[in-house]
Amino acid sequence: MTTTTEHREVRTPAEVRRAKILAVVYLVLALIALVVFALGTEGSATFGLSRANDTIALPDLTISASGLGFIVTAVLAFLGAQQWMRGFGSKTNLVLALGMVLFLFAFLAWAAAGASFSLVGIFQEAIKRAVPITFGAISGVLCERTGIINIGIEGMLLAGAFTGAVAGSTLGAWPGMILAALVGGLLALLLAVLTVRYRVDQIIAGVVINIFVLGLTSFYTSQILVDNPQLNNAPIMRAWEIPLLSDIPFAGPVLFAQNVFVYAMYLLVAISAFALFRTKWGLRTRAVGEKPRAADTVGINVFRMKYLNVLIGGFVAGFGGAYFTIGSVGRFDENMTAGRGFIGLAAMIFGRWHPVGALSAALVFGFADSLQVKLGILDTPIPSEFLAMAPYLVTIVVVAGLVGRSRPPSDYAAYVKE
Amino acid sequence: MADDRDVTDDVAAEQPSAETPSGGPSELFSDLTGVGRFDWRSNALVPLLAIISALIVGALIIAFGDLDTLKLWGSDPGEAFSQTWTTVKDAYVALFEGAVGGWTPISETLTRAAPLILAGLAVAVGFQAGLFNIGANGQMLIGGMFALVIGFQFSLPGIIHIPLVIAGGLLGGAIWGAIPGYLRAKTGAHEVITTIMLNFIALRLVDYLLTVNYFQLEGRNDPVSKSVAESARYPRLLSADWIPFEFTRIPRVHIGIIIAVITAWVIWWILYRSTIGFEFRAVGANPDGARYAGMNVIWLYVGVMAVAGALAGLGGADQVAGTLGRATPGFVGVIGFDAIALALLGRSHPAGVVAAGLLFGGLAAGGQQMQVAADVGIDIVQVIQALIIMFIAAPALIKAIYRVKAETEAAQLTSGWGT
Repeated sequence: MTTTTEHREVRTPAEVRRAKILAVVYLVLALIALVVFALGTEGSATFGLSRANDTIALPDLTISASGLGFIVTAVLAFLGAQQWMRGFGSKTNLVLALGMVLFLFAFLAWAAAGASFSLVGIFQEAIKRAVPITFGAISGVLCERTGIINIGIEGMLLAGAFTGAVAGSTLGAWPGMILAALVGGLLALLLAVLTVRYRVDQIIAGVVINIFVLGLTSFYTSQILVDNPQLNNAPIMRAWEIPLLSDIPFAGPVLFAQNVFVYAMYLLVAISAFALFRTKWGLRTRAVGEKPRAADTVGINVFRMKYLNVLIGGFVAGFGGAYFTIGSVGRFDENMTAGRGFIGLAAMIFGRWHPVGALSAALVFGFADSLQVKLGILDTPIPSEFLAMAPYLVTIVVVAGLVGRSRPPSDYAAYVKE
Repeated sequence: MADDRDVTDDVAAEQPSAETPSGGPSELFSDLTGVGRFDWRSNALVPLLAIISALIVGALIIAFGDLDTLKLWGSDPGEAFSQTWTTVKDAYVALFEGAVGGWTPISETLTRAAPLILAGLAVAVGFQAGLFNIGANGQMLIGGMFALVIGFQFSLPGIIHIPLVIAGGLLGGAIWGAIPGYLRAKTGAHEVITTIMLNFIALRLVDYLLTVNYFQLEGRNDPVSKSVAESARYPRLLSADWIPFEFTRIPRVHIGIIIAVITAWVIWWILYRSTIGFEFRAVGANPDGARYAGMNVIWLYVGVMAVAGALAGLGGADQVAGTLGRATPGFVGVIGFDAIALALLGRSHPAGVVAAGLLFGGLAAGGQQMQVAADVGIDIVQVIQALIIMFIAAPALIKAIYRVKAETEAAQLTSGWGT
């Protein structure tokens, strides 16, 4: 289908069409940046780049909103032209994300024109909000790379949050986090038994887990937690500033003055990316996902790999769920994950089933999430609901291949041993 | 979905397991969804056993929700057992009485069953055509909003107004359903992903619309819509002039349940007696076969999803114009997800869906009573529903537990996200 010559790749008509559509998207964004952000506003936005008590304080950044609008227009127009002429190959999604970030930046300047606005604050918040999304997405990556669809991420996060609240209140924060991970693993085991052993449809098994956990946690919240508030008062992990690193201007407070969940997220992304693509275990996992029959033939225990990986995915999602309670507010509320697991699913797809991609997508979605809160304060004409919709819309666009294509890596059919 | 699983006769011959027939996925598929055949064991006995199993597990969960009694197990197991027994018995008795114990409970059951049946049909039609419609919730929301606008915008005689509201619900849902159908047919984007995402988009869209002046109730800051006109409200089945029994408050059952049952019949007729229905089922049984037979598979996918969406949209209209009279944020709750359970339980057959819808309606109505009378939270109903799907979806589980000789093999509905 695709032949590679020495100089350039020959693309299929569909790919060419997709690339052209993407180019048009850039040009439309450039047009919006020009008309709305560059021409439609006056005044400057003041961005705070440090917190009051930082060791090295940066001066506030004052940007002319329309000036930035012109610059972003130019960059997006260039990207559009480049995309139209040559494309960006494997970096398409990365460039798209960068283009989106630039666009968002111009948007921020436009929204905050004439006002002052803490960039450190919004980026800190974005990273925090990316945590459960990333954990969910990587849980999904681990399961799907081994050939099991995990729609139940939402339920696993919610179960982790609930366990975190109850176990955190009774046993302390660290046991709470461990137990949350274990409960996530338990649900994953259910998913694995249903799909691998009983060959239940994977999507139905996931839906079952979501409905079951939502019902169960809501039930026990109203039956037990409401009358026993002492069971729903988990200690909260405070931010822990990493010495030296947190002194780096801007990046320090954003990246290294967070709580343990954020650091766990960095570790998880690094470890899972390394393990999936650089270790024997990772190779076997992907082999089992892509060609189970072939993996079986060379002596890999397909079922054991599937069980193992889904179980690890469950631990990850359960631990990530504890973020909602132990890592954030300490108190469990009914359905407090509010669709974050599905955004994690979206991040997994947008990140092309790769841990680093998933993290990038989760950061973008987390940013949109934190922006949503800020927009209410800034009183812009854009309703915050539209920002909340953005991750879902982007996902549809990506799976439909309208803009860049995201293809699942695995063969998801239930494996039957010969 | 089925392209890569659609075994030709050659491949089927190589398949070691004798239970994989040359019909491709349809046999496995039919085990799960009940599409295409009738076997009393898998269509009646397995669902029944699944319900019983779910109720038993539900009883255990209720027992664990009672902390005081749990503590008693250590000191006085006998007393603890009898207390637990009483709690569970009271809960299930209240559940039963709240569902069918008198006119008001029956009215509640029927009121709640109507949107469930319609949403269940939306999922079942998708199953019949081999599509997994998780998007009933979003389709209901959009259909409901269409119905809402027609409901409050015009003032017409009821005989015209109500059909218009219904048409609005059908149209709104059809549009929202056709989108994933089109994307599936044209780009191969899997309908499971797109419908999940469209659910959330619809949810946010409704949140937003309810804050817009045109929709929002005058003088309110919270997101509540204007009420639909009296002429657009579904008429109640019982009125003060005509009621066959003593009452304190007139039971609120409205014509929604009749609409739902008639719709189920229409869908049965379309599926089993019309050409288009045959094509729907054909594309579900074997897309390649359907293509070779000259059917336009692309437009069939769009058509199936549009019909499914229209059914769900009708359910949304039922909520707006029938039960609630207005729209509130997420006014359909999780009906669209219950609908998946319902379609599986009803074996994707319209009659089965009606029966399952009545059961789930009864669970919802009884759950309310259970919460009030036995102090057992209504959320347990959702747990029971999840358990029902789990037991239904894994017939091997039921088989193992009850040693039923049903010839059922767990089924794959989808082969993943791919095309």
